[in-house]
Amino acid sequence: MELDKIIDPANRVYSRPRLLDERTMHYCPGCSHGVVHKIIAEVIDELGLEEQTIGVAPVGCGVFAYNYIDVDWVEAAHGRAPALATAIKRLMPEKAVFTYQGDGDLSAIGTSEAIHAANRGENIAIIFINNAIYGMTGGQMAPTTLEGQKTATTPYGRRVDLNGYPLAISDLFAKLDGTCYVTRQAVHTQASVRKAKAAIKLAFQNSKANKGCSVIEIVGTCSSGWKMTPEKANKWMEENMFVKYPLGDLKKEC
Amino acid sequence: MKEEIIIAGFGGQGVLSMGKILAYAGLMNDLEVSWIPSYGPEQRGGTANVTVIISDKAISSPIVDLYDTAVILNQQSLDKFESHVKPGGLLIYDPYSIQRKPTRTDINIVPVDAMDATIALGNAKGYNMILLGALLKLKPIVTIDNVLKGLKKALPERHHHLIPANEEAIRTGMGLVK
Amino acid sequence: MNEEVRLMKGNEAIAHAAIRYGCDGYFGYPITPQSEVLETLEAEMPWETTGMVVLQAESEVASINMVYGGAATGKAVMTSSSSPGISLMQEGISYLAASELPALIVNVQRGGPGLGTIHPGQSDYFQSTKGGGHGDYHLIVLAPSSVQEMADFVALGFDLAFKYRTPSLILSDGVIGQMMEKVVLPPFRPRRTEEEIRQQCPWALTGKKGRGRNVVTSLELDSAIMEKNNERFQRTYREIEKNEVRYETHHTDDAEYFIVAFGSMARICLKAVEEARAEGIRVGLIRPITLWPFPYDEILRITEGSKGILVAELNAGQMIEDVRLAVHDQVPTAHFGRMGGIVPNPLEVLEALKTNFVK
Repeated sequence: MELDKIIDPANRVYSRPRLLDERTMHYCPGCSHGVVHKIIAEVIDELGLEEQTIGVAPVGCGVFAYNYIDVDWVEAAHGRAPALATAIKRLMPEKAVFTYQGDGDLSAIGTSEAIHAANRGENIAIIFINNAIYGMTGGQMAPTTLEGQKTATTPYGRRVDLNGYPLAISDLFAKLDGTCYVTRQAVHTQASVRKAKAAIKLAFQNSKANKGCSVIEIVGTCSSGWKMTPEKANKWMEENMFVKYPLGDLKKEC
Repeated sequence: MKEEIIIAGFGGQGVLSMGKILAYAGLMNDLEVSWIPSYGPEQRGGTANVTVIISDKAISSPIVDLYDTAVILNQQSLDKFESHVKPGGLLIYDPYSIQRKPTRTDINIVPVDAMDATIALGNAKGYNMILLGALLKLKPIVTIDNVLKGLKKALPERHHHLIPANEEAIRTGMGLVK
Repeated sequence: MNEEVRLMKGNEAIAHAAIRYGCDGYFGYPITPQSEVLETLEAEMPWETTGMVVLQAESEVASINMVYGGAATGKAVMTSSSSPGISLMQEGISYLAASELPALIVNVQRGGPGLGTIHPGQSDYFQSTKGGGHGDYHLIVLAPSSVQEMADFVALGFDLAFKYRTPSLILSDGVIGQMMEKVVLPPFRPRRTEEEIRQQCPWALTGKKGRGRNVVTSLELDSAIMEKNNERFQRTYREIEKNEVRYETHHTDDAEYFIVAFGSMARICLKAVEEARAEGIRVGLIRPITLWPFPYDEILRITEGSKGILVAELNAGQMIEDVRLAVHDQVPTAHFGRMGGIVPNPLEVLEALKTNFVK
């Protein structure tokens, strides 16, 4: 195909999702957040839920998610997003409600709210970005930080005798009667993006149809926090993160 | 008319519900009422007491220092409240659980053998109603009719079949006082 | 039916009044001495009648954040707790204030600090009226002194919260929560429809329909904008101070001495005033109903030139600071307080009045 044909709008096969804001994202190059935002924006549009979706933003790198995806949002206190989502969904059961949370927000300070919302079977979608580090505050240890992984607060590597074990919290979610769908995905390849998108789409459908709580864990990279190039970060993730956090469905009852 | 009453005994003796029924009867009599309990762990076995005020005028403080009437169901409560009965006031007590009897001479002290009567009646749950009957005989602040109406309000519907037994206990209590 | 006189506890009155107000959601966690609020709501099952959501949360932290989420949707939502639980909620309350969300919070106080006691206290006055959480904010603080006011202040608290887009607090205590009195419950009001919420609360998260997206957030990294936000909050507070001061007086016309007290303590003091007057002591009672905004000007006007003000509280001396500010220390003031869950009787208050002023 000639260049002029390629750039002809009639031949366009890929573009910025309609519900993704035009503004430049604050995320670092190589970060997984941008891809997940794009997927969510596409899913909401494809499901026709633009006017019926409420998002709950976390504290962490995802705090400004409300600036990028063009639906109604509320920004929660650190870790409390599932509590907000619980009330929003119960007060407006016909809406699709989702939280967007990182590993610090969901698996450290907000463990209680996340576990109890899931256990009550709240009809919400929890999108959980696990990059094994606190990105926003400058690369400190998260509950999901791997053994031996260097962070700002584990400068010699995480020691389980000092810091405990990496927390595979989605395994816990899968055990709860209130969850209908728990899956672990990634967004580092075309194939994984397609799978992650299908998972997020199912989670939104579950919320809209009041089928229970869905947890979509996205194992992602933080090249800045990990102090690696994006390319090396992806490789490191495959070799290390996927061992502790293997991809695939942990529970699918929907 | 204003009657400031303390009912005090062990948790489980029906102290709070006796106060509640009295308060509901006051409501039925179109009077102002307040009911304030000691609450918390005390409800479960320790000493329990409730202050009930029934008045034909608005009640300012629901908490008072001196009472017109004290209904005393155990020794601790007697020790605590005997000195808080107004001169000329009324102290009703059940001698069954009292070792040291009240000693004041400036108040009207009436022993009521409510426990013995309860055993004779064969209705363990009638104990507090027997004491209520004795109180109402001595101080007819509310009518029996209104007590029965109060019972209806205070008891959940599934317990309404117990109202005749309660009435019997109240009348038994009235009979214990000359 | 609507005018029926009922006998119930203050805590129960809160629950019934909430249902009748058309409250959309209650989120709470058990704690003595306020658990009857949640218990009554669960027993009444309002979700079957008015559609009100009632949820026992996993913690007070979750409760207040459920309120935060619910308030963001423009619904009338509330929680209740007692002192230690209210401390846990302070972060969420600060977020509510910063996000300019209406909500109703009920504190049935017990004596502190720490786990303290389960018995009544008023030692959360500072926390309630001076902020409580982080940042420059105020709550509208209503102090009921009867079961009737427990019921009435639910509607008042919600109405003020929606009028000014700021959370209201009913600051009650174990006496008012646990006591039974006569109460006339308000008539039933229908819950607002989503359409009404869209019209009345254009900021609410109702789904991005026919408008741009709504975002409820307390975050603003641009300090110039954040200062502007703060200036807007302060303008609202000045407006509330101008319009919403509420108080009550008893026997103040010819009084030489005054007692200032709120909540349950005001009831006890009213009897102390009656007993003092029976002895020929000319004393009057001022009961602030809104603790914030505080009736500074009114207390100054009423007590100017008097011989003394006794401030009686179930704490070590908190509201007395506002009373002293009100009278610019031009009238002698003294404090009478009991702590740790002890509730004094009227005679103790009268004694304190005599000891301090009536020589």
